[in-house]
Amino acid sequence: MSNVPSELKYTNSHEWVRDEGDGTVTVGITEHAQELLGDLVFVELPETGSEVAAGSECAVVESVKAASDVYSPVTGEVVAVNEALADAPEKVNEDAFGEGWLFRVKLADPAQLDGLLDAGAYQAVMEADEH
Amino acid sequence: MGNRTVLYPVHQEMGARIVPFSGWDMPLHYGSQLEEHHAVRRDAGMFDVSHMTVVDLEGPEAGPFLRHLLANDVARLQQPGKALYSCMLNPEGGVVDDLIVYFLTDDWYRMVVNAATTEKDLAWIGGLAEGRGVKVTPRRDLAMIAVQGPNARDKTLPLVPDSLRESAAALKPFTAAPGQRWFIARTGYTGEDGFEIMLPLDQAEGFWKALAEAGVAPCGLGARDTLRLEAGMNLYGSDMDESTSPLESGLGWTIAWEPAERDFIGRSAIEPHRGDPANRRLVGLVLTGRGVLRDHQKLYQGEQELGEITSGGFSPTLERSIALARVDPGIGAECEVEIRGKRVPAKVVKPPFVRHGKALINL
Repeated sequence: MSNVPSELKYTNSHEWVRDEGDGTVTVGITEHAQELLGDLVFVELPETGSEVAAGSECAVVESVKAASDVYSPVTGEVVAVNEALADAPEKVNEDAFGEGWLFRVKLADPAQLDGLLDAGAYQAVMEADEH
Repeated sequence: MGNRTVLYPVHQEMGARIVPFSGWDMPLHYGSQLEEHHAVRRDAGMFDVSHMTVVDLEGPEAGPFLRHLLANDVARLQQPGKALYSCMLNPEGGVVDDLIVYFLTDDWYRMVVNAATTEKDLAWIGGLAEGRGVKVTPRRDLAMIAVQGPNARDKTLPLVPDSLRESAAALKPFTAAPGQRWFIARTGYTGEDGFEIMLPLDQAEGFWKALAEAGVAPCGLGARDTLRLEAGMNLYGSDMDESTSPLESGLGWTIAWEPAERDFIGRSAIEPHRGDPANRRLVGLVLTGRGVLRDHQKLYQGEQELGEITSGGFSPTLERSIALARVDPGIGAECEVEIRGKRVPAKVVKPPFVRHGKALINL
């Protein structure tokens, strides 16, 4: 069973969100998601400065197997993207919750974090997936 | 739950990620598809291909029957053990399946057909064989393991039955050595040297584990697909099917037009298009822009749509995205592929992309 850090928030579509405490959050895909995808070979990220809306497609991760959309867990402005993934998409496989982060968003409304899943709830989503 | 090969428990034991494939539960990978791919290009890897079907055709009429059934001509096979790749066409000239046929004796031929098409193939062949004095036997009592890579033969030979070792070691490419219960062929679907080995079901697990012990990497369907794509080999159902002509699927070379009087199924439908400059062609693509080519993406030159990708993916050897595509005859050396609404530039090349570990394409 995959690692699910308790300090992060999650979505049903397998993104994770870390509250950076300064009105921004970092977003990535979970270890479970990268396991399902297999070896990643290409990552397409949103542009810095663009607006993303919660629940909308904003990035694409492509593995040897298939392309998958990444949905923004929150609404706000993209303030940074992980440029290193252009040359090393495998970082998402190797360290999904760390060096494999995708982008950072300045929250339009900090209260939106309350609507996300906690680690326990995400664990249940993962287990439902297995069956 | 799908069908399971005799090696299914071993795949689970070895940590395979199992996926449904053509009605079978098969290993996709055992951890990393990329590492498995590289193992085959650089050393040796093995695939459980027991989901494919071995079909024996026996009787004095087997040869004449196959000369009618197949678009390639088994009369080209003079040496016992020699293999031939062929399409089996329908009367409209579409591809019912692609297969390998081995000539073993004057009254024994052996074919290997695709898993997804097995039932259809057996019905098709069985119907045509009726009343022709040919016995058609699917060999469900055999497992099949492909061992592929530059070191595949060296690692495999010590593990095969003593009685077959010498003849297996002496095999030339595209030939086979039939034994009492085992059957060893120097064939494959990766663009590397190696063997495809048929053996009794109850010996498959022991052989698989001995190969693993000898340092042969277990590989799943994922690596099998990227390897065959790099090798420019067609995948039935993606690159050709019952609605496409072999002439528009890069398979013209597999059709034996001579002797002109040989009446194979589909001949009258495709012969008028032989050498026709209006035929679409199967070409290779290398993506020069960023992204990954996938099946069914469309090709353009300017506003003109020129064709469609039939098999796309990522080439671990070239570290580029590559594809096979069916295109209109007018296509030039470059085109654009529409990926999620954006046009991305690609180069048109002649497959294969990789053979025997070496890139054949200038990037």
